[in-house]
Amino acid sequence: MGLIDILNYEFVQRAIVAGMLIAAVSSILGVFLVLRRFSLIGDGLAHITFGSVAIVMLIGVSPAYITLAALPLVMLSSLAILKLTHSQRIHGDAAIGIVSSIGIATGIILASLSGGYNLDLFSYLFGNILTVTQTELWLSFIVFLTVVATVIIFYNDLFAITFDEELAQTMGVKTKRINVILFLLTAVAAVLAMKVAGIMLVSAMLILPPLTALQLSVSFRMTILAAACFSTLSVICGIILAFLLNLPAGGTIVIFNIGFLLLIFGAKKILPFQR
Amino acid sequence: MSINVISVDNLTFCYNGLEVISNISFAVKKGDYLGIAGPNGSGKSTLIKNILGILRPQKGAVDIFGQPLTSFHQWNRIGYLPQRISALNNHFPSTVEEIVQLGMKKRNPIALKRTLEMMGIAHLAARLIGELSYGEQQRTMLARTLISQPDLLIFDEPTTALDPETRDIFYTLTDEMNRTSGTTIVLVTHDTGVIGKYACNLLYLDKKIIFSGTFEDFCASPDMTGFFGPISQHMICHQHDNSGSSI
Repeated sequence: MGLIDILNYEFVQRAIVAGMLIAAVSSILGVFLVLRRFSLIGDGLAHITFGSVAIVMLIGVSPAYITLAALPLVMLSSLAILKLTHSQRIHGDAAIGIVSSIGIATGIILASLSGGYNLDLFSYLFGNILTVTQTELWLSFIVFLTVVATVIIFYNDLFAITFDEELAQTMGVKTKRINVILFLLTAVAAVLAMKVAGIMLVSAMLILPPLTALQLSVSFRMTILAAACFSTLSVICGIILAFLLNLPAGGTIVIFNIGFLLLIFGAKKILPFQR
Repeated sequence: MSINVISVDNLTFCYNGLEVISNISFAVKKGDYLGIAGPNGSGKSTLIKNILGILRPQKGAVDIFGQPLTSFHQWNRIGYLPQRISALNNHFPSTVEEIVQLGMKKRNPIALKRTLEMMGIAHLAARLIGELSYGEQQRTMLARTLISQPDLLIFDEPTTALDPETRDIFYTLTDEMNRTSGTTIVLVTHDTGVIGKYACNLLYLDKKIIFSGTFEDFCASPDMTGFFGPISQHMICHQHDNSGSSI
């Protein structure tokens, strides 16, 4: 089967478009999170997503709307992480650990109690972008537009807060508001990334492309753009290869992300990258 | 009657129940150059963070430009240079130009060029901040603070890592801004002798105000002789007498 034949399938087209949008969103937000040492928030929110999906499945929400229904709980949890982090008694990583444990524990208990939907629930652990629904495609598009608009509108504030939160505060940046926006958008990105890579690999979508972009040692603006490019390229290559070799798409996409990171890392070691 | 640029009233701040600064009151008028000195751990930086609203005091109040800190919004009138920047590491992806630009609301290439040249870092504009030496990073941060020409400049130990030449440029520049443009300056340092040469007023802290007045009064004060001992006081007051402009 040739490349053109693969791209003729409507579900493949939908998967590639949704995957690219979600990858771009995750990597753009990832740049801010990685630089602020919140890299593991993806893991935490993914675990919460697992618990949330278990709850909405238990309630009996239609499979087409599960992602949408899981969103509010994950968004609330991201705010809980933010609140705990700013309590000054709990470090960011510990706050993520607390919320993450609650999510995974809830998921496991609910899965065990109601046995019937175990298979469906555990399918979220590994994700499958090829099953993306029309609703999820639209949701991805809306979230993509929201994130891009937010980054453009609040670019200076986001840059300032990433550079130094205290300094940003003295520049009149509403640091609390910007943090809330960033964490809420990350929650939405994590829920959507679950569809692409699965709960187990959500953090890879948030961390790997920014890390690859950071290896380029370019300006802040270019780092964001480069991260978005690496992540979308990984999605395109990953989905096509997964379809051709009958591999799980999530894992293949993440392997491409790691491949790009190693490639840039290696090239930087070999080639004289003098600015 | 002119409004105080900064007004601190009975300020007390505690970390985990331990008083770091206690019942501090003072005012800074428009055009003042205030030096805040004191030993390590005397509460200098904590005081500055309370004035800027980064920390919330347990007791007391701060007014900036005549407004209570809680309702103050004209942050573009203040330029602040902190002691340390969390992002100043080898991996932060930001150019000197991007960081200096951060000090302005709107992009202004002329002001950017002028400030970069003034701080002697125009040739570093496209370099990443992490690739620079600590002194060059500090000059970049200074340029960010000065670019918007704010009414009030607050510096927390700004010259620690600077070479004597750049330190000279810094003090000459701030002195000139204070005298010609009437910019109000608050400068925190542990070097009382240096700041005494430039500041019109000196506040010596050790959790509370030990001394408030001019540097001349500080040097003539029997209380300060009692506090420091005559030899230390003499050294503080005269250590830079013969050093010319190189501080």
